[in-house]
Amino acid sequence: MQLTRRNFFKFIGATGASAAAVPSSAQAWESKAPPDPYGCLVDLTRCIGCRKCEEACATVNNLPAPIKASCDCTVFEKKRRPDENAFTTVNRYFSGKLDVLDKPAPTFVKVQCMHCQDPACVSACIVGALTKKENGTVHYDVSKCIGCRYCMVACPFEIPAYEYHNPITPEVRKCTFCFDRISEDGGLPGCATICPVEAITFGKRETLLKLAKQRIKSDRNKYIDHVYGEKEVGGTSWMYVSSVPFEKLQFPKLPETPSPKLSETVQHSLFSYLWSPILLFGLLGGIMYRTEKKNENSQESQDKGGA
Amino acid sequence: MSHKASPLNKKFWTPGVYVMLVFMIAGFLAIIARFTGGIGYVSNLSTARPWGLWVGVDVATGVALAAGGFTTAALAHIFGRHSYEPVIRPALLTAMLGYTFVVLGLLVDIGRSWAIWKPIFFWNVNSVLFEVAMCVMVYLHVLYFEFIPIVVEQFKGKVRMSGFLSSFNAPIELFLKVADAVLDKTMWILIILGVVLSCMHQSSLGSLMLIAPTKIHPLWYTPIMPLLFLTSAFAVGYPMVVLETTIVTSSFKIDSEMSVLTPLTRITIFLLGTYMFLKLGDMFVRGTYVYLLDGTYQTNSFLVEMLLGVIVPWVLLIFKKTRQSRIGVFTAATMIVFGVALNRINVFIVGYTSPITEAGYFPSIVEIFVTLGLIATLMFIYRFIVTFLPVLQAQQPIASEEVSP
Repeated sequence: MQLTRRNFFKFIGATGASAAAVPSSAQAWESKAPPDPYGCLVDLTRCIGCRKCEEACATVNNLPAPIKASCDCTVFEKKRRPDENAFTTVNRYFSGKLDVLDKPAPTFVKVQCMHCQDPACVSACIVGALTKKENGTVHYDVSKCIGCRYCMVACPFEIPAYEYHNPITPEVRKCTFCFDRISEDGGLPGCATICPVEAITFGKRETLLKLAKQRIKSDRNKYIDHVYGEKEVGGTSWMYVSSVPFEKLQFPKLPETPSPKLSETVQHSLFSYLWSPILLFGLLGGIMYRTEKKNENSQESQDKGGA
Repeated sequence: MSHKASPLNKKFWTPGVYVMLVFMIAGFLAIIARFTGGIGYVSNLSTARPWGLWVGVDVATGVALAAGGFTTAALAHIFGRHSYEPVIRPALLTAMLGYTFVVLGLLVDIGRSWAIWKPIFFWNVNSVLFEVAMCVMVYLHVLYFEFIPIVVEQFKGKVRMSGFLSSFNAPIELFLKVADAVLDKTMWILIILGVVLSCMHQSSLGSLMLIAPTKIHPLWYTPIMPLLFLTSAFAVGYPMVVLETTIVTSSFKIDSEMSVLTPLTRITIFLLGTYMFLKLGDMFVRGTYVYLLDGTYQTNSFLVEMLLGVIVPWVLLIFKKTRQSRIGVFTAATMIVFGVALNRINVFIVGYTSPITEAGYFPSIVEIFVTLGLIATLMFIYRFIVTFLPVLQAQQPIASEEVSP
């Protein structure tokens, strides 16, 4: 190993120059959410659990048909989660609420990708295969994916599913928000076209948020005062209103901070312009140069050391 | 101190090696099953638990335990403590093989192994994993380059292949000569680069889980996770060298290098102490000690990690008696290695919950076979390399009359 004086100063010069180019303070984290995205508002007080949205979803996305049940009771016995063959599922909950006949009243909940405004999966994705589109969609591009499944680790809603049984070309699978359909004028996601009770409303997120608050205001006895998805993890494109507290319906309790904020702040303040690695390189180089020189002085005839 | 590293030239096929071979074959079959049936066919991974044994052990623990490479390089080459030279080469070899097997483990774990090159072209600079991947990729090559002088030393001027291969002798000699000359001038860059890259990705491995605040148990989830990962990597580097040197020197019945290991454990008191201070301090600042006695298996795993893996070995090392006895040093080092390994397993597996489905995870037998197979292969190659290349220094039997000058 040889660290000559000239080599050393050449490098330190470069180090200093690049370190000087670093802005003095790391920039504060900014949301990358699109300004005017589409969204969907799901009104849980309206849903009757017909599961027509599951069927429509399967049809427009070329998925296997969902389990048919002549009687609703069997299919709702187990809580079903979206998976690689079903982008949305409807589950039934008994929250203790009683209907007019004093019988336990069910609440039905449709689950799918929430299309977060600042999605954890998009921030996590090693290759940028997941992106947040201007229209609100969290879009997956399989051609970039390497299958690391960090998106699944990051997602606070446990949504992305994986084709675990495909040995060579598995894909991450989740609700697409019918990207192609809603990109066309007047296009609706499959599930929203079919709902017979208009439990799913498609529109601009801002409009939907107003609508949600209007509904809550108009019937305070019916609705709880919470639009799920307005503030959760910084806001989601899909939002819910309900008559039953969301914690009783397996909605995760989430902070209002967007998921990527902390990790992106840490990463960017440490590594923007690679300032800290460059500085560390210079520092270690300096120490190494000093110790080498000291060694040379103390013992003139030193054996050449290998690695 | 002036004895040189040399090939061991000992018998290669021992009963232990045959045991390794059995694990290697089992692992190989397990990997074939993974690439024919798919990850779902062989593993217990699910939508709710996408990362398991392969990421928690093969990758995260593998990277942490390979920290001996950059910590010894920094000590001997950057801080000029040349008395530690005898452990540099074995630590470098461990790091080189360790990182190679991290990548092999990743190839098994990621769904599209053939696409592993894609992050080189498709960048997401917001992704912690992207930075980790880039660092590991570059660092692996740095390690290979750092290892070349060892190969050169063995073969330079001695390439004598016979038969039709003999025409290659001259070009190979030329290559070795050029490599030697170039690396001799540039090795300092590689050494510093190796340390810098290690600091970067060792800490970033801890940032990986920052994006999932609702999924990691509060005993581990803290904004200073990257700092804890970095300081624990510093702390585990020398104990790993101690562990490995003790095993290797006992296995080959050679001098146990206590003159190097004792001072290494003295530095460890400081490094492990820093980690312990940060970890305990973090617990008190965030008030997470309220969980300590709730009796869940996660909390118990944390207690084991902290007590057996950090506090007890640190206390042991304070005593001079421990540091000077071969058994004492080995025990403390083993506990520290265990503690850091358990920390990685805790962060990536035990402390990970899926809040909605509350799905559990325990590795399948095939997952375990893959991991054991990879570890056995690593040890097999390690043994092969130290047998035929100049890596270990103390080639003299313990009973030899030669006394170090």
